[in-house]
Amino acid sequence: MEVRFNSVSMQYDENDKTVLKDMSFDIENHSLVSILGPSGCGKSTTLMLISGLLFPTDGQIFFDDKDVTKKDAVQRKVGMVFQNYALYPHLSVQDNIMFPLKMAGVNKKKRLEKAQELADLVQISEHLNKKPGQLSGGQQQRVAIARALAKEPSILLMDEPLSNLDAKLRTEMREEIRRIQKETGVTTVFVTHDQEEALSISDKVMVLNEGVIQQNSNPQQLYDDPDNLFVARFLGSPEMNIFEMEDIEDSLPQNISGRLKQQGAVLAGIRPESWIHTNSEEAVITGITERIEIVGKERKVSLVLESGQMVDIADVEINFREGDMVSFGTDISNMFFFDGDGNRVVTTDAE
Amino acid sequence: MQNKKTWKATFQAFWYILPLFIIIGVFNIYPIIKSFAMAFYDDFNIFSGEIGGYGLTNFETLVSDEEFAEALMNTFVYVLFVTPISIILALAVAILLNNIKRLKPIFQSIYFLPFVTSTVAISIVWRWLYHSEYGLINYVLSLFGIDTINWLTNPDWAMPAAIIMAIWKSLGFNILLFLVGLNNIGKTYYDAAKIDGANAWQRFVNVTVPLLGPTIFLVSIISIINNFKVFDEIYALFNGQPGPSNSTITVVYYLYKKFYTEFDYGVASASGIVLFLIIFVITIVQIWFNKRFVHYR
Repeated sequence: MEVRFNSVSMQYDENDKTVLKDMSFDIENHSLVSILGPSGCGKSTTLMLISGLLFPTDGQIFFDDKDVTKKDAVQRKVGMVFQNYALYPHLSVQDNIMFPLKMAGVNKKKRLEKAQELADLVQISEHLNKKPGQLSGGQQQRVAIARALAKEPSILLMDEPLSNLDAKLRTEMREEIRRIQKETGVTTVFVTHDQEEALSISDKVMVLNEGVIQQNSNPQQLYDDPDNLFVARFLGSPEMNIFEMEDIEDSLPQNISGRLKQQGAVLAGIRPESWIHTNSEEAVITGITERIEIVGKERKVSLVLESGQMVDIADVEINFREGDMVSFGTDISNMFFFDGDGNRVVTTDAE
Repeated sequence: MQNKKTWKATFQAFWYILPLFIIIGVFNIYPIIKSFAMAFYDDFNIFSGEIGGYGLTNFETLVSDEEFAEALMNTFVYVLFVTPISIILALAVAILLNNIKRLKPIFQSIYFLPFVTSTVAISIVWRWLYHSEYGLINYVLSLFGIDTINWLTNPDWAMPAAIIMAIWKSLGFNILLFLVGLNNIGKTYYDAAKIDGANAWQRFVNVTVPLLGPTIFLVSIISIINNFKVFDEIYALFNGQPGPSNSTITVVYYLYKKFYTEFDYGVASASGIVLFLIIFVITIVQIWFNKRFVHYR
């Protein structure tokens, strides 16, 4: 099913601040969409609005062409996986999975069949008679997914489903979620604050900040072609280095820097991984290496410029030592420019 | 802090608990042992302290005493009505209280008042409410065309009168316990149930009741024990009598009467032991039920 928000606004209390502002988006049928943003950005609220556990103060919500704005969670019939799983502690795994079917009045034989089928899908069959309290976090997660899928919802919502798992399990479960989503083809909305999670499994990522959609595009585009300063800095680790235009314009061809300034660019951003070690003539920046971190295959260099600004550099060959004066440059195509409001300024080709 | 378990440390600690130990010993433990023993005395002379011998005469007297049978019957009827009705009403009120946003503390206090008010004071008020000519209850009933009921003087209506008052009185404490239990149920379970398509009643049956199981068990055990011990409600409501023509005599009232007005200490003790055994057996059944069916987090 397709989900459409038409200028939805949300305010919990009359005097409270607005959590979502005039939000409009489309979630395509059969796709897996992540809502990504820092905590308090309104991503969980968005999910609750889709589920019908919350109602918007303004705007409409559509499932396909049906206006469901006024319908509550019982009527909307979406599937949802909660952050803490919310498995019924007094019911066995099997009864948990069958619960939505029982509520829908499906007969017992069918319920058992369906539970078995779902348990196989999420690979939890050998634990069917246990209580949730006897399961590990990852197993509970699988049960929660099975329960959410039991009534064959046309939309599956997941609220930070991996945040309670340890690092290794998290990677494993996110692949599982992707696999299950592919197998069932259910339209899935996945809320997370972890960019790696969002970028690795989604068809589309919606970046949210302070209740406003910053960018809604496919994961690669988000990284290669950010719409604004927030998205540019939020994605990528270590964070993108930001410079004042004055500090680096000398290293740009004159015509380009002139045009950029004309377009209102005041900030330039360069990702830590796009730096190349160069001689001082081609350098964009020169500074003293303060720290070199090598963790496994990852390298990170902290450079202090003359101005005192710290610059992160990642993935370069290390042929210098801490305390050395080193220069780095980059191609202009790796630079991102932003105006005073943080919006992206795009140059026409360097002629 | 001294942490080693030495005799000296133990001895020192003993001094601290001694005062309470003496009080409990004199007023609780000794009487319990003594009353057990007294139940088996034959032919006991309280003034000389002479004991005729040991045997089951007192229990034989109880078995053949029609008044005791009536007291047992009345007590069971009382427990059977007061306990479930009070628990169901308390649960309903607690859920309503849990759902209102404003004035919650005020309503909570109002419902809790009967629990902290003395039974005698409550009984005096209820005697007025039950009054056959000027009572509010009969007035309200008359509005529906129901004839005057002699609540306190008609043997058929005396027990219902006592039961109604007892239900009202026990509500406050039960509501309090249920409110605590309800607050311990996470909101996400209700969210999950809504998502799973459960309507309000299904959420109550499938989420509230099972997750409230431990509280329901606690409340039912406390209520049953308390209700079996019913005495002061009867005593105060019927002005020191066990109801019109003995119609509301209960086991504890019977015990009281044997002890204080008939000075038949052996029979009084024996009736106490019978009551103890009844409560004991019922509690064991409840604990078994609890282990079998109640889910603890």
